[in-house]
Amino acid sequence: MAPQRSLHPQVAHGSVVIEVEGLSKIYRVADKQPGLSGTLKHFMRRRHRDVHAVSDISFSIVPGEMVGFLGANGAGKTTTLKMLCGLIHPSAGQVVVAGHQPQKRHPDFLRRITLVMGQKQQLLWDLPPMDSLRVNAAVYGISDRDAKRRISELSDLLELGEELTRPVRKLSLGQRMKAELLAALLHQPDVLFLDEPTLGLDVNAQARVRQFLADYNQRTGATMLLTSHYMADITALCPRVLLIHQGHLFHDGPLDRLASRLAPERHVRLELDAPVGAEAFAGLGRLDSCCDCEVNLRVQPDELTAVVAQLLERFEVRDLEVNDPPIDQLIGDLFRQGKV
Amino acid sequence: MGRYFKSLRRFWGTALASQLEYQLNVVIELIAVGLSLLGSLFMLSLFFGPGRELGGWSWHEALIVQGFYTVLDGMASTWLRPNLSSIVTHVREGTLDFVLLKPIDSQFWLSLRTISPAGLPEIVLGLFLVIWGGNQAGASLTPGGLALVLVMLLAGGLILYSLWFLIAATSIWFVKTWNATEVLRAVLASGRYPVAAYPAPLRLLFTLVIPVAFLTTVPAEVVLGRASTPMLWLGSGLAVGFFVVARQFWLYALRHYTSASS
Ligand SMILES: Nc1ncnc2c1ncn2[C@@H]1O[C@H](COP(=O)(O)OP(=O)(O)OP(=O)(O)O)[C@@H](O)[C@H]1O
Ligand SMILES: [Mg+2]
Repeated sequence: MAPQRSLHPQVAHGSVVIEVEGLSKIYRVADKQPGLSGTLKHFMRRRHRDVHAVSDISFSIVPGEMVGFLGANGAGKTTTLKMLCGLIHPSAGQVVVAGHQPQKRHPDFLRRITLVMGQKQQLLWDLPPMDSLRVNAAVYGISDRDAKRRISELSDLLELGEELTRPVRKLSLGQRMKAELLAALLHQPDVLFLDEPTLGLDVNAQARVRQFLADYNQRTGATMLLTSHYMADITALCPRVLLIHQGHLFHDGPLDRLASRLAPERHVRLELDAPVGAEAFAGLGRLDSCCDCEVNLRVQPDELTAVVAQLLERFEVRDLEVNDPPIDQLIGDLFRQGKV
Repeated sequence: MGRYFKSLRRFWGTALASQLEYQLNVVIELIAVGLSLLGSLFMLSLFFGPGRELGGWSWHEALIVQGFYTVLDGMASTWLRPNLSSIVTHVREGTLDFVLLKPIDSQFWLSLRTISPAGLPEIVLGLFLVIWGGNQAGASLTPGGLALVLVMLLAGGLILYSLWFLIAATSIWFVKTWNATEVLRAVLASGRYPVAAYPAPLRLLFTLVIPVAFLTTVPAEVVLGRASTPMLWLGSGLAVGFFVVARQFWLYALRHYTSASS
């Protein structure tokens, strides 16, 4: 590793907007028995346990990229995003975002980034979003005219109208999330960190938020790093994914490459005219199931064409389908088996 | 600088607007303020009663102290308490993150984000008590004296604010396990009476450790024209000192927050 030297020249050339090198975070948590006696014991003799939330992660992101950040609950996604924003200091490693060290939280840095958290909100509960927006505009030093123009542009994109003048507590979850996005984007950041921005939304609202993020990326060229437990968000938005498992980076690359890495086989489903015995499929991939006229096979990608040709030749095929197994199912399997 | 002023205007504008959302609350708070003032005047009359003296302070002189106390208590209800409780909420709900990501000083935001108008009548009443008590006690103020009163009131306010912010900053560690607002109230409550009315050990405590004396007694002494110069310097010095300590402690608390966080 040659962190310091490899980091800065690239940033200076403007080809990398987020550069992470050997990033780790260890939380030190009190090892405390429950109850009063536990508290007293802890007070007398402090014991701590280290939680390795993020371990030695490295990646870099170029301007305009939309990167999906995947991982099971507790994998370390939020912790990583918080370190990239400068809210948490890394235990080890280097981070450079938009040419700054995040943990210094320099005002110039803060003006260039934004963090959207699906489970937290910055809008004032009792007031219309417009009031919070005006506060944010003042804090970021945006002139009234610019603020007005940006609000009307963004609210068009987000399909927000009179909702902006209704108290936040009277908005639906989806409307509130869109208003949160507006508040987070008012200062025109070019690096967006989105931690489960579609959390709890219904399918339609999710799709609209997703569409908005894609549009925003198109129009402004902003860089986005996005976590979500909804695979549809990731497949729709992120050509590249980072998969993090128990704090370690497990995959960095296109989503379909992750799929082939996790499950190299393709699924072939056959419908036959007449039932055939299982033994007839020997040598034609791995047989998943075979009942009556429906047969499921798993085939290596490089044998696929040959196998399909043979199937069509040997049997009376009524229907034939080739599928990739759904990616979220694969990742779910992976985590359940803990086989990483 | 202009950005900070504009932000402050927006902060308070939105704070007032959100209180008006609950009009009944405002009315109830006003009534509570009136009742608590009546109660403290009654307490004061028990101790000092017209014609009686305590620690060298007459009834009317003690009223000036009560007046300053009322002003500061009004300040605490308009300004300190609402912000303090929102700091605790920010820490508990994790929305402190949003504040820390704004390109504005976090202490500025957290100290001035909201105000509650319920304490304003208290401030007016307190000033009235000071003026009336001063008149009755035969005080005559020159413009210079008046300026000095304001300076000492400012010093008192700064001390109170710094104490309060120190308490608020500890919520980063304790989250919600302690009721910081009550601590603030208790500290301030001891400033109702002239420090001279307390036994000597407490007097020392209230002058040097928790400088309550400078919140109310010293400004009252300035009104009566009997404040000693060293006390004035000590008061101003303590005000600046406390402010610096509060600022440093906040930066320390933030370092803790960003290394552990919750
Ligand atoms: N403040 C903290 N103190 C101690 N441990 C923490 C703290 N915050 C997170 N952790 C631990 O660090 C690990 C990673 O947590 P993190 O919140 O980053 O996960 P995540 O990937 O965002 O999960 P989710 O999908 O549930 O949001 C977890 O084991 C969590 O318990
Ligand atoms: Mg998370």
